[in-house]
Amino acid sequence: MVGETQTLGSAPVASAAGAPAIPDFEIVPMKALPIVGIVVAALVVAIEYNRLWPLEFFHIVGGGMWTAIDLFVGFIIGPILGRLSIQARIEFLIRFMPKMVLLMPTLVTMTLVAGWQLANYTGDIAVAYPDHWWLTASYAVVGVMSVIAIGILEPANLAVLFELKKPRPDAELIGKLMRRFVYTAGITGAMQVATLVIMTRIATW
Amino acid sequence: MVTEQRERDLPPVSELAIATMILVVIGGTFIAGHVPKHVPLLLPSILLAAACVLLIANLFLLSRVTAFSWSTFRLVFSRSLAGYGVIAGLLTYVFIRGDIPNDVMAFLAAMLLIFALDIPLLFAFSVARYQPAESGAQR
Repeated sequence: MVGETQTLGSAPVASAAGAPAIPDFEIVPMKALPIVGIVVAALVVAIEYNRLWPLEFFHIVGGGMWTAIDLFVGFIIGPILGRLSIQARIEFLIRFMPKMVLLMPTLVTMTLVAGWQLANYTGDIAVAYPDHWWLTASYAVVGVMSVIAIGILEPANLAVLFELKKPRPDAELIGKLMRRFVYTAGITGAMQVATLVIMTRIATW
Repeated sequence: MVTEQRERDLPPVSELAIATMILVVIGGTFIAGHVPKHVPLLLPSILLAAACVLLIANLFLLSRVTAFSWSTFRLVFSRSLAGYGVIAGLLTYVFIRGDIPNDVMAFLAAMLLIFALDIPLLFAFSVARYQPAESGAQR
């Protein structure tokens, strides 16, 4: 491997002598699980309580963070990641990806569950077509983003993390999977622009 | 490359899992787009049946694989099942609270059940395929 050109992410990089140093890390940050549990419990309470403020809180906070993170990762972090050295990318990935493994499903669940209940509460769910197309469009956008994020992006994240746990990670494989991460993060980021258009339209009916 | 050779030897589990997911997402979007009005159930029935067939075919193809990292597969599958089981459970709960008719609710629940099984299968296979293979006896 010495002197051999490798790709990790989107930019080719030359490996240094020997394998890059990989600090120990947790694939799922166990310390954060109680926080996820508290959020889920609070979400259930908000739905049972069924008042505007808690439902708005979970839908707007969850959706705002989901959209902002997707845009930030897709258009800011992704391109930067592709230009870092192997060592810098590994250092970043092992700290960033495990947090995303817990954070994103929690935000998506908060947003969708509270959003459905909120639409029932406000009566927006019963609005007639053609206005209902805005709601249907939001379901379709979420559906396409789910397929990309859960079907392509997240499996690549997990495979990279498990590969980085090996004594001698396969740089070629990590490079291939990271390219998938960078591209799909960009696509979901672009789709979040559609979410912003749809949601601001629904909020101003 | 060893990785490419390994990928060639494995059935298209990821592709079938993504296809299953697409069918479930289309079905869910179709139903959600009609609620609370009357939901025509012909298209969701076809999509649900197709998703079931794909999931079962996928499990069958996976069961035929001999050299595979089954311990990694089990680890990722069980953890993902716990996570996505909670997500599917929460969605089922909020749909039930939304006064959706029982027949439509049955379709949504069935689609969420497939979703909760399909995603862990996809995650577990995607990780295990790149791990050192164990013999079939260690399954």
